[in-house]
Amino acid sequence: MKSDKLKFFAFCLAVLLAPLPLSGSYLTNVLVFVGVNSILALGLNLLLGFAGQISLGQAAFFGLGAYGSGVLTSVYAFNPWVAMVVVALAVAAFAFAIGFPVLRLKGHYLAMATLGVGVIANIAFNETVDLTGGPSGLSGIPNLAIGSFTFDTDLKNYYLVWGFALVMILLSLNLVNSRFGRGLRAIHDSEVAARVMGVNARLMKVQVFTLSAFISAIAGSLYCHVMTFISPTSFGFNTSVELLTMIVIGGFGSVYGSILGALLLTMLPEILRTFNDYDIIVYGLLLVVMTIYMPGGLVKGVPALFRRLTPKKAKEGANA
Amino acid sequence: MRKLITTALALFTLLCLSTVAYAAAPIKIGGLFAVTGPASFLGEPERNTAQMVVDEINKAGGIKGRKIELITYDTVGDTTKAVQLANKLIKNDKVVAIIGPSTTGDSMAIIPVVEKAGIPLISCAAGSKITEPVKKWVFKTAQNDGLAVARIYEQLKKEKKTKVAILTVSDGFGSSGREQLKAQAKVYGIQILSDDTYGPKDTDMTAQLTKIRGSQAQAVICWGTNPGPAVVARNAKQLGLKIPLYMSHGVSSKKFIVLAGDAADGIRLPSGKVLVADLLPKNDKQKASLLSFIKDYQNHYKAEGDHFGGHAWDAVMLLKGAIERGGDTPAGIRNALETTRNFAGIGGVFNFSPRDHAGLTKEAFTLVEVRKKDWVLVK
Repeated sequence: MKSDKLKFFAFCLAVLLAPLPLSGSYLTNVLVFVGVNSILALGLNLLLGFAGQISLGQAAFFGLGAYGSGVLTSVYAFNPWVAMVVVALAVAAFAFAIGFPVLRLKGHYLAMATLGVGVIANIAFNETVDLTGGPSGLSGIPNLAIGSFTFDTDLKNYYLVWGFALVMILLSLNLVNSRFGRGLRAIHDSEVAARVMGVNARLMKVQVFTLSAFISAIAGSLYCHVMTFISPTSFGFNTSVELLTMIVIGGFGSVYGSILGALLLTMLPEILRTFNDYDIIVYGLLLVVMTIYMPGGLVKGVPALFRRLTPKKAKEGANA
Repeated sequence: MRKLITTALALFTLLCLSTVAYAAAPIKIGGLFAVTGPASFLGEPERNTAQMVVDEINKAGGIKGRKIELITYDTVGDTTKAVQLANKLIKNDKVVAIIGPSTTGDSMAIIPVVEKAGIPLISCAAGSKITEPVKKWVFKTAQNDGLAVARIYEQLKKEKKTKVAILTVSDGFGSSGREQLKAQAKVYGIQILSDDTYGPKDTDMTAQLTKIRGSQAQAVICWGTNPGPAVVARNAKQLGLKIPLYMSHGVSSKKFIVLAGDAADGIRLPSGKVLVADLLPKNDKQKASLLSFIKDYQNHYKAEGDHFGGHAWDAVMLLKGAIERGGDTPAGIRNALETTRNFAGIGGVFNFSPRDHAGLTKEAFTLVEVRKKDWVLVK
C-alpha cells in the first residue's frame, strides 16, 4: 500500500516537472493531448482491463462529451464548468441506459454492439448539421476559465488536463483496490464464478461501463475547450481502435499502463517524423514487435527487458 | 555482439537526429497538407506544387537574394494532428508564414493557433467559413463554394430553367455546397424540388436518382468529390435520366472523366481555368500563370497539374509577393498580403482587402462541359 502511494507521488512530481525542459516547445502542446488520451485510455482500461468487457465505441462517449460541451458553451453560452458536469452526467445516464441491454452480450457480440454505438454517434455528429455544424465542424468554443484566469496557453492547458488526469488516476487506483475492483476482476476471470460468490455481475458491469463513459465524456469536454474547434473525424472508429491499441501496448488492467500507452502512441508519431515518408512503416513495425515480445504491455515488458539486459549486475547484487 | 548492436543503434539515432545545416539564413515557411488519408487527393498535389514553386524560386535566386526553406508536415486530415503540427511549425521551426491545410476542418482547427501566435496563414481549403468573418491573420486561395454555385445558377437562369434537384455528399465539402445551393436559390429565382444526400462511401445512388427522375426537376446538381459523383453519372446514364447533370468543382480533374467513362459525356461543371488553359482567349489575365504552372508541373512530376495543386501555387506566389513588398516578418507579410491587388494566379485574379481575405469573384470559375473525354468551354 505504501509503495503505491509513493509511486503516485513520484508520478505527480514527474507530471509537474515534465514541461519545464520543454519550455516554449510544441511538445508541451503534444503533452496536452497525451493527457486527454490518458484519461480516455484509463476509462477504457477500467472497463476492458479490469472487468474484461470490450468496447469499440469509446469514441462515441468522447464525442458526446466534446459536442455536448461545445454546443452548450458556443451556441447556448453555458458556463463551461457547469456544461462539463451536466454533459458528463447526461452521458453517464445514457451509458447506464444502454448498458443493460448491451452488456448482456459477450465477446464478439459485445464488440459489435459497442461498435454500433460508436458508428451511430459518428453519423449523428455528421448529420445534425444545424446543431453540430456537421462535417465541417463546430468552432467558437471558449477556453475554460476560473474568474479572469483563462486556460489559453499550452502550459496552462497542460496543468489543467493533467490535473484532471491525476484525479482520475487516484480515483482509479482506489477503485481497483476496493471491494468493487475485486468484484470486477472476479468478473473478468469468470463471470459465473463471480456470480456464485455473490457478486452482482450484471449491475457491476453496467456501473463500470457508466463510469468509463463518464470519464470519456470529461475527456471530451476538456478536449473541446483545449482545441476550441471540433469536427466529427476526431470521434470516429479510428479513435476507438487507437484507444484500444493504447491499452494493449501500455498494459491491460494497469492504471499506469494506460498512461504509458497513451504517452507512447501519441508521442511516437512525433518522434518518428525524422523518418519522413517511412514513419508509418516504422510505427507499424514497432507496434508489432511490442505486441509479440511484450504481451503484457509495456508496463510489464519494460522491467522484464531491463532485467534481461542487466543479468550480471543482478547476480553481483545477489552475491554481495 | 550486444556492444555492436548498441553502437549500431546509437549511430542510427544520431543519423536520424542530424539535420542539414544551411550556409545563409533562409526564409522559413511552413506547409501543412493532408498528404495521406482521405483528403490525399488534395494534399498530395498541393505539397508537390508548393515544393516545386519553392524550388523554382530558389533556382532563380530566391527572394531578394535569400533562399526560401519550405518545411512541410502531413496532417493526415486529422484536426488534432493539424493543431500539433501548426504549433510545431510556429514554436520549433519558427516559420514566418504557413500555407495549407488542405481541408476546411484542419484549417478551422488551426485558426485559433495562428491568430494567437500572429503568423499569417494562407489556407488551401474551400470552406467559406475560413475567411467569413474576416480573421486578421487568415487568408485563403481556394475559391469559395458560393462562387461555384453562383456560376451554375447563372447558367440555369440564362437557359430559363428554374426547377432543380440537388444531391450532395454528407461530408464537409458536400454540406458546405448544400448550404450555399439552398441559400443562393432564392437570389436566382430557383426552386429546389428535391434535396437528397449520399454517404462518401456509397456505391449506388439509383434510389436518389429514381426519386429525382419522378420529379419535375429541369436539372440535377450533384455536389461531391471523387468517386461519388462518378457513380452518380453512371447511375444517371443507366436510368436514362434526360435532364442535364451539373457537378461541382470538386471533380474538376481528368480523374473524374476516367472514373465516369462514357457517362461523363455532357456533364457540366464550374471549374478553375486550369483545365481549359489552352482554350482561353489570349487576353485572359491568368493565361500566362496557368501555362507556366502546367509546364512546370509536367517537367517536375510528369503529371498534369490540377486545380488543387493550383491552390498551393497561388499560396506560395502570394507569399513571395508579400515578402518582396513587406519584408520577412510575420506582421510585414500579413500587411503586404492584405494589400495584394490584381494578382493573376491559378485559381483566379486575387484582390485582397481588409474586408475580404478570400479575394476572388465568380469570374474565377468558368463553366466547362465534358465532350469526347475532354473539356470544352460552355458558351
